[in-house]
Amino acid sequence: MQTIREFTRKTKRGNILKIVREHYLRDDLGCGAQICENCVQDETSVALLPERNVKSTLFTFPHYLVLDTNVVLNQIDVLEEDAISNVIVLSTVLSEVKHNSSAVYKRFREVVQHKPRGFYVFVNEHHKDTYVEREPGESANDRNDRAIRKATLWYDQHLEEAQNSRAMKKSGRPRTRVVMITDDVGNRERAEKDGILVASAEEYVKSLTDFPMLIDKYARKSFESDKKSLPIFPTHLSVNEIHDGIKAKKLLQGSFQASRENYLEGAVSVEGYEHPVLIQGREALNRAVDGDIVAIELLPQEEWTAPSEIVLEEGADEDPGDNVERTEKEQSVFQKSLTKSDEVRPTGKVVGIIRRKWRQYCGILQPSLLENASRHLFVPADRKIPRIRIETRQAEQLQNKRIIVAIDSWPRNSRYPHGHFVRSLGPLGDMNTENEVILLEHDVPHSKFSEEVLSFLPKMPWVITDEDYAKRVDLRDLYICSVDPPGCTDIDDALHCRELPNGRLEVGVHIADVSHFIRPGNALDKEAAARGTTVYLVGKRIDMVPELLSSNLCSLVGGVERFAFSCVWELDNEANILAKRFHKSVIKSKAAMTYEQAQIIIDDATQQTEIAKSLRHLNRLAKILKKRRMDNGALVLASPEIRFQVDSETHEPLEVEAKQVRETNSMVEEFMLLANCTVAEHICAEFPECAMLRRHPRPAPSNFEPLIKAASHQGFEIKTDTGLELASSLDACVKPDNVYFNTMIRILTTRCMMQAVYFISGTLQPEEFFHYGLATPIYTHFTSPIRRYSDIIVHRLLAASIGSDSTYADLLDKKLNEELCHNLNYRHKMAQYAGRASVALNTHLFFRGKTQDEEGYVLFVRKNALQVLIPKFGLEGTVYLNSLSGDKKPTPGDVIFTFNEEDYTQRCGNVVFHAFDPVTVRLSLDSRNVQHEKLVFQLVKPYIKGFSVELTAEQSGDVEMVDATTANAADGVPPQKKSKKSQKKKK
Amino acid sequence: MSNFELLSEQGLRLDGRRPHELRCIKCKLGVFEQPDGSAYLEQGNTKVLAAVYGPHQAQSNKLDLNEVVINCQYSMATFSTAERKNRPRGDRKSQEITLYLRQALRAAIKTELYPRSQIDVYVEVLQADGANYAVALNAATLALVDAGICLKEYVVACTASLSKNNIPLTDVSHVEEMSGGPTLTVASLPTSNKIAFMEMSQRFHLDNLPAVMEQALNGCREIQAIMEKEVRKHLMQMGSAGDWSNIAK
Repeated sequence: MQTIREFTRKTKRGNILKIVREHYLRDDLGCGAQICENCVQDETSVALLPERNVKSTLFTFPHYLVLDTNVVLNQIDVLEEDAISNVIVLSTVLSEVKHNSSAVYKRFREVVQHKPRGFYVFVNEHHKDTYVEREPGESANDRNDRAIRKATLWYDQHLEEAQNSRAMKKSGRPRTRVVMITDDVGNRERAEKDGILVASAEEYVKSLTDFPMLIDKYARKSFESDKKSLPIFPTHLSVNEIHDGIKAKKLLQGSFQASRENYLEGAVSVEGYEHPVLIQGREALNRAVDGDIVAIELLPQEEWTAPSEIVLEEGADEDPGDNVERTEKEQSVFQKSLTKSDEVRPTGKVVGIIRRKWRQYCGILQPSLLENASRHLFVPADRKIPRIRIETRQAEQLQNKRIIVAIDSWPRNSRYPHGHFVRSLGPLGDMNTENEVILLEHDVPHSKFSEEVLSFLPKMPWVITDEDYAKRVDLRDLYICSVDPPGCTDIDDALHCRELPNGRLEVGVHIADVSHFIRPGNALDKEAAARGTTVYLVGKRIDMVPELLSSNLCSLVGGVERFAFSCVWELDNEANILAKRFHKSVIKSKAAMTYEQAQIIIDDATQQTEIAKSLRHLNRLAKILKKRRMDNGALVLASPEIRFQVDSETHEPLEVEAKQVRETNSMVEEFMLLANCTVAEHICAEFPECAMLRRHPRPAPSNFEPLIKAASHQGFEIKTDTGLELASSLDACVKPDNVYFNTMIRILTTRCMMQAVYFISGTLQPEEFFHYGLATPIYTHFTSPIRRYSDIIVHRLLAASIGSDSTYADLLDKKLNEELCHNLNYRHKMAQYAGRASVALNTHLFFRGKTQDEEGYVLFVRKNALQVLIPKFGLEGTVYLNSLSGDKKPTPGDVIFTFNEEDYTQRCGNVVFHAFDPVTVRLSLDSRNVQHEKLVFQLVKPYIKGFSVELTAEQSGDVEMVDATTANAADGVPPQKKSKKSQKKKK
Repeated sequence: MSNFELLSEQGLRLDGRRPHELRCIKCKLGVFEQPDGSAYLEQGNTKVLAAVYGPHQAQSNKLDLNEVVINCQYSMATFSTAERKNRPRGDRKSQEITLYLRQALRAAIKTELYPRSQIDVYVEVLQADGANYAVALNAATLALVDAGICLKEYVVACTASLSKNNIPLTDVSHVEEMSGGPTLTVASLPTSNKIAFMEMSQRFHLDNLPAVMEQALNGCREIQAIMEKEVRKHLMQMGSAGDWSNIAK
């Protein structure tokens, strides 16, 4: 059964080594075809079935396919379609794919593992008849091609033998053959010489008459017409040149981030540089797409520039073709941005791409001027991604639909990258489609839970057995209640407080015992770990665990017996912790309240029920805890949060309101924080190597610069040396004439912060466990296991430490848990972004067909724009200002703004805009462009003639102007100034 | 290194073995004339020579009135690994393995039969490709058999590891050892089901340990069968020279 083959390999490890490894060749590997009776087959893995045969006009007989590596790498979108089946996947191909692109490998593996597709993995490298030894002078690639050919040939002969039996001959069915699909010309020629049936991927895809649309997904390397046009971009360096350049420190390596605001600008964060290296201009960007790992070359210092502070969007006009002229015009935009020397940042240009991070992009098709054209431009939803040229014959059906497109290549002579259509999501503007877009763009797993996952749910009706009672502490008699936002169905925390005979107070936090239902290692657990968190969109929730658990069995609903994990403290009246204990328990929540209801009970002195008493105790203790936390330097940060009231039928937003914060919100929050900290201390002491904790790193001092700058213009000093100093200087930022000023400063502070992250205690030094925002030395997440996977892990650790559950191998594995942390951090971040994107989307929908004037504040002053925040909607938008551009002479009718770089102000006549100034803007939705609906901000107040919009459209200009002046007067702006200015303008 | 999968989805290991399969074993007894017993053992690419001297009169400083003194020496040839390294006799790892060899051999040799005597066991690794200790011990056992020293039974060692999806793997090679997974080495007396020596390179979780140990013990049994076959073959050859094989007929 075992034969031994040795082969040598040379690897570089400083010096060249000869590595000898054993390589066993086997005779017990089945071919996976049902028609073959000669092989010893593993019944479950047989995948090549006659009924899965594909109809092709090229090969009219039944056939199996062998794919070449380049086909898998380039045509993964075609392979993901159900059209192609009965495919033999050679292990040579699989390992080559894995080596070349882990992203494609992952997707390909999904396809292969999906049973009904009929993909069979044949380990040709370990089969005695198909193993190929590398010949002297043969390149690894050539050897692999030869291995693929040899395996194909073997398969064809093997199947011929299998079909030679009499029974088969009698049946008169056509013989099943094996076809190799390759796009490599050399490989194809040699294969034909060997007598193998070969086809190129394009030929084969076109021959599948049952799936005429499949060819749209075929990824082309180049379009015909491109060959004629002149190159626009400089060539990329080869891999070796990049490697040598980086070694010689001539080149730098980093990941490229395109600017959201300016499509001709980007930055590359390079290790060892304080600021990311700036890249400006189409040629310097040199076909880098957001996320790519690139090699860059620094420009000489005299050519360094500053970030342009210009908001530049690619015009939505027709395909400009690949002309160079416009590029020059764009260049001129940057010439002016050579400014003060202290703003200048290292600037460079992209000279090569080390690794592409292309993924699939959501977006829309730009309508083409020519009818029946097959080439179209695709506009991605993400502004950081360039437009993509695709070829499709179903453009008409795809108009006004959200579609997904993948990039295939970006040749030197093409303005846009080339790609192909992947699939359509649904009509534009449809709530489901838009939600789908958000979920896809943020990589949120949102498919239905599989049967296998659901099979691990407890069987209904679910009852608590005597055994369960025996294992748990019975807390059903306690007055436990939960306080949550209205409409919450996944209640994962409940509280109680009672007076003890010794005068102390007993406070308990009871958390849904999710880890009781989700056992480690099963499919349910794995799915939850992969999802990492529940994602909340407006009017929609994408659960981490199936609904039966999230809204029923785990949710601590009022009046029902539920399992909980309790953290109970004994506190004195000053909220000092005197004792603590953890145990699993059975509870029966007496009431599930909203924040509002709880607040009413606390405020209503006539209520003297047990619940009311306990709530009042909790509220009082929470205040003490909060004060203590603040004194320690915990930060109060603000980010605008809003709620939508959503129509239950159409899921369209009806009303928008800012989220209200009541005392009870903070009451629940305080005890959750306390529980989290207590648990963190406990598990870290019990499992010093593998506890899952959460830390919030101190931001680098440079992060605070914009904040300090903005505050200093207003005459406030922000100290950022310690959290405590920051907290107190934030408290000091109060302006009597601008109530919202403090909140805005806090919003800015929030943006300076780093992201808090999960980590494993054994991987960092204890000093680094610090949570900056909460000012606690150690912190974790314990209180929301229904919606966060990290909490489930923490529950398991805690359960193991108190002996109510056993550990398992993966729980204590530092490395595995570290990987898990990476995933959780990623999912967490993405869930946040998705939530924000959903809010933005609903805001758009809300403004559809509406025009509203709202009060807002200037958040930033930019060179050609004001960034305005509308607190009511938590909305941020840009008011574009026309500035003096170099080649344009100011015409009398134009309103010209001058930007002052000293103090960041924009001036037009007598009106000066500072950061934090109140303004009134008119919001409306620009639906002219169906592709990208935009929320348009127009200045209403302060009024600038010729720039501001008229207050009401019907009224004529003169009347309206008076209105504006008086309105300004009411706001405390000297009316004379205003009118003077407007008079001036009149002239 | 630690990122690679030791076991592919098709159920094959990096070198093409299935999880429970040993590497290819070849052995030969009586390869030298000078020592009283000698053996050569190949387990995949790990190749080991063992020589046994004794029992002979013990050196006076080590002499034990009650039982035999076992003297071991384990060393690796300069050319045994990919990177040429001059290993003086006393390097740490070798000393440790020497100690463990003695411990396992003590459990198998009927020490009470040879009072005031000494047995010297020399093991030299010619080529190292994982499981060096296990192969060295197996070779030493064969050499002891060749020397005609009374053993309670064969003492056989085997290693086992664990793949990422918790499937135990027998007889780990060097690549598998280096990939970061924990390795368990067990030396056992397979017939009486006793364990003479056990070592872990890293911690296993308690849930997985029994399965991995069972896998290693199974490996020991298989290796014992192969060794026993070789010993019988060797005896028949030796015997037929003196026409003993006909006695059995």
